[in-house]
Amino acid sequence: MEFCNCSEKFAVPERLFVKILTMYPKNLTHLGEIVRKEQHDSIELVEIKHQELVITGLATKVPVLVDFLKKNSDCQFTTLVDITAVDYPRREKRFDVVYHLLSMNLNQRIRVKVSLAEEEMMPTLVGLFPSANWFEREVFDMYGIPFAGHPDLRRILTDYGFKGHPLRKDFPLTGFNEVRYDEVQKKVVYEPVELVQEFRDFDFESPWEGMGEVIQKSTAGSSGEEGK
Amino acid sequence: MTADSQVRNFNINFGPQHPAAHGVLRLVLELDGEVVTRCDPHIGLLHRGTEKLMESRTYLQNLPYFDRLDYVAPMNQEHAWCLAIEKLTGTEIPKRASLIRVLYSEIGRILNHLLNVTTQAMDVGALTPPLWGFEEREKLMVFYERACGARLHSAYFRPGGVHRDLPPELIADIYQWSEEFPQKLNDIDELLTENRIFKQRNVDIAIVSQAEALDWGFSGVMVRGSGMAWDLRRSQPYECYDELDFLVPIGKNGDCYDRYLCRMKEMEESIKIIRQVIEKLEGTGGDVLARGKISPPTRSEMKQSMEALIHHFKLYTEGFHVPEGEVYTAVEAPKGEFGVYLVSDGSNRPYRAKIRAPGFLHLQAMDQLCKGHLLADVSAVIGSLDVVFGEIDR
Repeated sequence: MEFCNCSEKFAVPERLFVKILTMYPKNLTHLGEIVRKEQHDSIELVEIKHQELVITGLATKVPVLVDFLKKNSDCQFTTLVDITAVDYPRREKRFDVVYHLLSMNLNQRIRVKVSLAEEEMMPTLVGLFPSANWFEREVFDMYGIPFAGHPDLRRILTDYGFKGHPLRKDFPLTGFNEVRYDEVQKKVVYEPVELVQEFRDFDFESPWEGMGEVIQKSTAGSSGEEGK
Repeated sequence: MTADSQVRNFNINFGPQHPAAHGVLRLVLELDGEVVTRCDPHIGLLHRGTEKLMESRTYLQNLPYFDRLDYVAPMNQEHAWCLAIEKLTGTEIPKRASLIRVLYSEIGRILNHLLNVTTQAMDVGALTPPLWGFEEREKLMVFYERACGARLHSAYFRPGGVHRDLPPELIADIYQWSEEFPQKLNDIDELLTENRIFKQRNVDIAIVSQAEALDWGFSGVMVRGSGMAWDLRRSQPYECYDELDFLVPIGKNGDCYDRYLCRMKEMEESIKIIRQVIEKLEGTGGDVLARGKISPPTRSEMKQSMEALIHHFKLYTEGFHVPEGEVYTAVEAPKGEFGVYLVSDGSNRPYRAKIRAPGFLHLQAMDQLCKGHLLADVSAVIGSLDVVFGEIDR
């Protein structure tokens, strides 16, 4: 019986030890200008907040914009870091869909935000980034935002047969159903949530908080960022 | 059976109760003989609604949730949350706190890699490495315990610094451990690196090309194994990583074996960082919390000053307020880029906190990685992806 001599066949790869140069933060203003110039009809606003470049765009134009960000030589945002949403029930356009992109080559990050009404659909990014698949499923699961053109838009994190979209602000924290093992039926059963005591939502926020603004207004410009 | 009779593909469930599934992963595998033709991961069995819960709790109450995400290296997760709050409030943390954070982040990295490397070996049939690795993990967890009182759910990193200073004996013990550990690492290395079975199971399995790594949004060892020099500690340094001398190991082939080698080498580099930090800690005194609105007053001050007492009371009931705005902060967690997207409306609770877990993206590529491999390789791939369901299901 002969064993293959693995140490010869698969030599330990030469591992490079690299010290990566630090080049952060980048000139985000310049990058923002490029994006504004090239993609002016798909974006509304370019701003830099907390040293982060934020682009507010139009929902229908997201694939065009992201495609540009991915392929343009000054952008090279080739990694999709995250897709998520934020719910603002009082707004006319209820949801903000937020994309985070990263360029490993140029070492820069960008955030793309679009707002979306409840009945609107979001175009999918799966064609551009395969990694968008699960992110979009998660956003669909949590917020009920449908993604047009998604190949497999199923729920992802919640239970099989779950109803509702838990991260919407109007979804109660306790949910609607609870599960338990039923000793008689010898199986797990679903029941409506029954709280043994009333749900306690403590509001510790100081009723005097309003004074902070009054004080800040009266001493405007003097000092105190953390007036609260 | 005639030659043209229909051969049907076989569907099997892998998990959720499978020792190599690293938790509660359910894979629906379609098999053609023993070859995987489709792999559909079903996740969410450990979904606890962390992000929903966080919206109804104060910033400080939310911190311990991060220990429960990637419970293999809890403090690295807390770090991302603290950095997000500090970025929004504009807090600068004291030097000593920064060093302690780095020290414990690297301990977390070793905790994670020890678990991953050794359980991956177990997935492909070796039983000794986990036993040896867990002995070292145990020592590290004792360091966790001595710093904050808990082995796992530490809640040690706080917005503004770290909760308590480290006693000098603990620092001395960590240093002593850092001298002994390379020998132990060497033992594991001798068991695995040139082990014939280990290599047969890992070399050329689940090769990730650079383009694939980008397409699927990989980070951490998953991109470094494919030869990309990307490490947030170097490329977008936070805390005091830019002052420390360490190297970033890079793989060549992007297979399971290279990722294993990267993890082993990263542990050595972490030891280097730990030593440097301890040397720096000796010369750096001072407070470990940026005293202000987001952190409690010192105990002695609280006993003497009425304002400090009120502040203490308000901090732990109402919590602190974070200015309106939104930030994304990421740390190089042992598994990859762990990020927090925090939206604040100016109140004492986050309006929205999205947790970006590296494992979520890595697991997503299972179909891509497993296609064409044998069923037995699936467990090697899962082991190499380094998945922990606390962070994937959230």
